[in-house]
Amino acid sequence: MTLTASEQIPISLNGKSGTVQSGATILEAAREMGVEIPTLCWASNLTPANACRLCVVELEGSRTLVPACSRVCEPGSVINTESERVALNRKMVLELLDSTNDLSESPELQALIDHYGADASRYDEPSTMKDDIKVEDDLFIRAYDRCVLCYKCVDACGDEAQFTFAISMAGRGFETRVSTEFETPLPESACVYCGNCVGVCPTNALQFKAEFDLRQGDDWDPQRQTSTSTICSYCGVGCTLDIHTQDNEIFKVTSPSDHSVTAGHLCIKGRFGWQYVQPPTRRPSSPDMSS
Amino acid sequence: MFGAGGGTSSYREVEEAEFILLWGSNAREAHPIYFHHVLKGIKAGAKMHAVDPRRTASAKFADSWLGIDVGSDIALANAVAREIIAANLHNQQFIEHSTTGFDAFREHVEKYTLDYAAEVTGVPADAIRGLARAYAEATTAQILWTLGITEHHNGVDNVLSLCNLALLTGHVGRWGSGLVPLRGQNNVQGGGDMGALPNKLPGFQDVIDKAARDKFSAIYGLDLNPTPGLHLTQMFEAMAQGMIKALYVIGENPADSEADVSHTRRLLEELDFLVVQDIFLTRTAELADVVLPATVGWAESEGTVTSSERRVQRVRPAVEGPAGARHDHLIIGDLAKRLGAPWPAETAEELWNELRSLSPMHTGMTYKRLEELDGLQWPCPDTNHPGTPFLHGWLWEDDLGGNPRAPFSLTDYEGPKEQLTQEFPIRLTTGRALDSYNTGVQSRGFNSPIRSGEQLQISEVDAASLRLSQGELVRVSSPRGSVEMEIDIKREQARGLAFTTFHFPELVDLNLLTNDEWDPKSGTAEFKAASIKIEKLTNGAQRA
Repeated sequence: MTLTASEQIPISLNGKSGTVQSGATILEAAREMGVEIPTLCWASNLTPANACRLCVVELEGSRTLVPACSRVCEPGSVINTESERVALNRKMVLELLDSTNDLSESPELQALIDHYGADASRYDEPSTMKDDIKVEDDLFIRAYDRCVLCYKCVDACGDEAQFTFAISMAGRGFETRVSTEFETPLPESACVYCGNCVGVCPTNALQFKAEFDLRQGDDWDPQRQTSTSTICSYCGVGCTLDIHTQDNEIFKVTSPSDHSVTAGHLCIKGRFGWQYVQPPTRRPSSPDMSS
Repeated sequence: MFGAGGGTSSYREVEEAEFILLWGSNAREAHPIYFHHVLKGIKAGAKMHAVDPRRTASAKFADSWLGIDVGSDIALANAVAREIIAANLHNQQFIEHSTTGFDAFREHVEKYTLDYAAEVTGVPADAIRGLARAYAEATTAQILWTLGITEHHNGVDNVLSLCNLALLTGHVGRWGSGLVPLRGQNNVQGGGDMGALPNKLPGFQDVIDKAARDKFSAIYGLDLNPTPGLHLTQMFEAMAQGMIKALYVIGENPADSEADVSHTRRLLEELDFLVVQDIFLTRTAELADVVLPATVGWAESEGTVTSSERRVQRVRPAVEGPAGARHDHLIIGDLAKRLGAPWPAETAEELWNELRSLSPMHTGMTYKRLEELDGLQWPCPDTNHPGTPFLHGWLWEDDLGGNPRAPFSLTDYEGPKEQLTQEFPIRLTTGRALDSYNTGVQSRGFNSPIRSGEQLQISEVDAASLRLSQGELVRVSSPRGSVEMEIDIKREQARGLAFTTFHFPELVDLNLLTNDEWDPKSGTAEFKAASIKIEKLTNGAQRA
């Protein structure tokens, strides 16, 4: 049987029947039917990397669990997103991540750890990813002890968005790290500082230097923060910027990943070029009669 | 009608086009997120040809790079047109139905043979033929350009030459095919749309049209001056003649940004009265009698801006500006009051609604809709209208939607006003760098790790013949002035061509060199083509 793109197909999800657009992934179908499936390496503006195994679900007829983010629904698919086997698998994935990585700045993962009762302490002396925080410029820092190797930054830097290819996975096994060529410091690498890697990072392993400084100074307070949607001024493309502030100072700029202009991606000027708005830039503040 | 002041296409169209022609644009650096859409197109299989004197970061993604001599664009475009006609690849049916003047055009471009064009432009005949075939044979094709086309003494003719190609092939007025001038600031498009042009009222209504003026007079409560004003270049000429004695500059830094800038500075200094409204104490503000501190448009103000796909989008205040800094529209509103024109609109939204009542192409764009729909593309004549993804669909309608047919334009190659001479034998052209912006007053606020200041990029051949080494400090002079700057030797640079950005006037006062010859049709100066000489200083001096 051949399917056309617009065709609706029947599926069963957690015991409920429904129809979804042919070609839809299990993740898309579930969201359509109001069922949430947790994701980590998936992003709406990137092709699924199938790296994290957090979104796996049971698919009748499949020996192994399947990743919901990339597995496409077939007519008559019978899917279970919250079976005991699924929950156990997610719990283990979270425990392994939590045992190796610093997830303290990943509130969404923390919530999942609570939800699935993941307990990393049951591993005796687990191997952990240890890395010095790389502070090489004033724009963003890299803390690879938080990196879960989800591939998002590599894909955003590569042919999924930016086509700069400044970073890739390097090393083998436990020593695998995201790296520039020959671990060159970022300012000397091919990096063009678009910050699109920062934009897609799910664990704050990559973060704005301004946010890093606030957190280091123990002055991080989400209660005092705002987010405002506006348009970048640096060229005529009209990129939507979400400006994140604390106490009237900008510390981060993002763009919504579902936006038709940006798809969540920005350039160095849009993402980092806001500093002039605030001190130490000197701005005129009263009419100046200079002669 | 054909010729309305806006890009015809949506960004998404370039993702789906079969052929992309990037002409006089380094979008990879100057419009990076638009270039993401281009890259999606290339990834999906589109072919791209790039016309640029330099093999830019953008041109490196192209299937064919046409390294054109600065200012020979019309010769190239006309040769492409001639080749399309000679190969019988023009769209005869579209031409007959939707255009006028084809026979005269065909005759006019006859002299632009491949051989002639190759000689004048420096582009090999094969590459010109390849471009002509690829553009004409594609089912959908986009032409994109920026200031490499417009910042010439004949910039308007350059644009018309590209429009001719679209009319010849029917690559306009349908999804995937169009003409896209990428705008350099977030509201260049909106500024023109709002009537910040000497001969236009908002919505491209003519100042000389009494019926249009009367609509505005009814709201402002006074008669409007029926005489079109002066554009920027004419204003400086009027200052030179003593006709303009007072100037009100809003958010512009001409004391750094104008071509032949020493002339500009003298004119600004000689004014009786100069008011500057800005967010910075720019070099222009330092010359002012009064500085009116403004809030930052995109980060501290309510309002709208309009992008290169004619999308009107909301800006909102994310932070509060310094005490005393005020929104531009409040400053202007107060000034109007003191001049005896009590404008009724006070908030940004009230002002926008006033505009909607006066400009039919904006009428359907309420703040609420702009918010819900992530902006709307003009024209949007009523509140049920979805906005217009591409312009000139009427060209394909049986009755042309009641519009006059689109005319071919006859344009001729002239070359830059400033010819190379024995004394000034090198061609200087300018452009933007990825991490910096215009005169640098905004972009110097952040520490870019990839910023390298201002260098004059020259070819290996020229460096060798002048016995210059990488990083050497040299004197660069044009007939108007002289600066000292470092040179940067580029393997891929064409012989006889020098390039620099213009982002660091505090380091290198580059516009001392540029030419202020301007296009009488647009008022835009020929920033892109000056003639210079490069002189060695003392033995291999380096900047300290």
